[in-house]
Amino acid sequence: MILHRRNLLTAGAGLMGTALLGGCDRFAGSDAGRQTLQVGEDANQYVQRLLMSPTTLAREFPAAMISPWFKPNGTIDPPDRAYRALAAKKFAEFKLTVDGLVQTPLSLSLADLRALPSRTQITRHDCVEGWSCIGQWAGVPLAEVLKRAGLKPQARYAVFHCADTLEYAGGGLEGGDGAFLGRPGHPGAVRDAYIQLAAAEDWGGAPTATDAPKDDWGQGSPAAEPEDKRTPIRYYESIDLYDAFNPQTILAYDLNGKPLPVSNGAPLRLRVERQLGYKQAKYVMRVEMVESLNGIGQGGGGYWEDRGYEWYAGI
Amino acid sequence: MAASPALQAPETVDRQGRRWFYRHPLVIRLAHWINAAVLLVLLMSGLQIFNAHPALYWGAVSTFDDPALAITSDQGRDGKSRGVVTVGTRTFDTTGVLGLSREGGTEVERAFPSWATLPADQDLATGRRWHFLFAWLLVINGAVYLTYGLFSGQLRRRLIPDGDQIRHFGASVKEHLLLRFPEGTEAKRYNVIQKLTYLVLVLGLLPAMVLAGLAMSPGMDAAWPWLTELFGGRQSARSVHFIAAGLIVLFVVVHVLLVLVSGLVNNMRGMITGWFSLGRDREGAR
Repeated sequence: MILHRRNLLTAGAGLMGTALLGGCDRFAGSDAGRQTLQVGEDANQYVQRLLMSPTTLAREFPAAMISPWFKPNGTIDPPDRAYRALAAKKFAEFKLTVDGLVQTPLSLSLADLRALPSRTQITRHDCVEGWSCIGQWAGVPLAEVLKRAGLKPQARYAVFHCADTLEYAGGGLEGGDGAFLGRPGHPGAVRDAYIQLAAAEDWGGAPTATDAPKDDWGQGSPAAEPEDKRTPIRYYESIDLYDAFNPQTILAYDLNGKPLPVSNGAPLRLRVERQLGYKQAKYVMRVEMVESLNGIGQGGGGYWEDRGYEWYAGI
Repeated sequence: MAASPALQAPETVDRQGRRWFYRHPLVIRLAHWINAAVLLVLLMSGLQIFNAHPALYWGAVSTFDDPALAITSDQGRDGKSRGVVTVGTRTFDTTGVLGLSREGGTEVERAFPSWATLPADQDLATGRRWHFLFAWLLVINGAVYLTYGLFSGQLRRRLIPDGDQIRHFGASVKEHLLLRFPEGTEAKRYNVIQKLTYLVLVLGLLPAMVLAGLAMSPGMDAAWPWLTELFGGRQSARSVHFIAAGLIVLFVVVHVLLVLVSGLVNNMRGMITGWFSLGRDREGAR
């Protein structure tokens, strides 16, 4: 009797272990599984926003705590021909487009943006991978831009369209078959490549060539992409009005008192300080106000969101 | 002692003269097994998340050149890749397990090996989703356990040493180290080391784990900046989270070993059915 029960327990534990380890991945890959795992994200957003108000600020730090090297991540040197042409002229011809559900679509040069009210903040950048850097950002509050454009009543989200291509539709960066497209949450080769790239960059800590300000805005690179008939998938991100009108939500043009380097998102990047690094879209070219995220990418609200990461990145 | 809930718990003697004691109420049993499963998922998804940036630092930010701990791989003197754990200035070759391990016949550079992470592949996004969903389960399960434990008197009975146990602390430690486990009435309560260990785990380690996890969240840092400050900054909180995870693993290892040596069947039966045998009672025997 006892022996029988012991066997049962051992078998049960073994079965549970196998089911857990093998079954988890299958569960996470199914629609029901994804929806279940989504519950945690919804709970996090709901509870965190109970604990703060729309105007709650992220912590700001003294200048002495600024990191000597602000680690660039994700795209650090966009391969796009159009972007390189802009960079070659030090973004003199850059225009930020503000459109979508706005009363007055805007087209703003860097000089226009710098002429608007500005905000300077020393904040901590928290990467989803786990590391942090502190930097001083200066830029125009997104609220100032949106006020000038005037929101239509249906506008609920601000979508940031960026200049940097991360992959091509129907054929990934590595010439893959694009099988991961349409399957958000599935570990894609491109994402892994980027994660490995990011991890590889950590060690040594030496700034890459693109970090040196003198290299930043200058020579058009000979390595510019060849004319490509495939459809590029460029970085995109989105936030809701709760974050869009927070005073710390800025379109930053300076990092640590100098114009933003290319590796950190020149000429303009989003700072949405109460969320993780992948929300801080770099190389922002266009702010589009929308009612729903359904028509953007695959509907997740951002490049990484369409690849399994949370839209609400407050944790 | 007369008022102790332990003595009020149901007790019976079977026909063979064995004394049985209803040691674990249903809520405690459920909470225990849910906790065990949830902690396993949290550990494995946590190692997946750690793998995305396998280094720890102290303070607010990452000092990339100078991590407190790092799990990487490099080229050994023989030119072969090896897994390396760096703690401060000391390095350890951990090839095969940490930094460099085999996955389906090929060597891969990853901090924790695929058998230890959830998902098995490098997939931070899915690891995070598992981690945060199960963090909620941990908190809800813990809240049920604590509320029940507080109002039923179970928490006090299980975690707070009785006066005589404190007076005989030294003797109890010796008994425990010699792996001598009490029988009869004395087995109705946990010994003083058990109580203190569970106390540290339930009211120290697990809450610290949850708080250190929350302290890493930029949203929480905006809402409750004091929390991150309590740990000395976000990167410190991440390190504390990692160390606390290690201590919980250590607890589980010792816990399981002691369950094995102090009577696997009786212990498991106790935690599954609630009934724990106190052994044969001399007076009660036929």
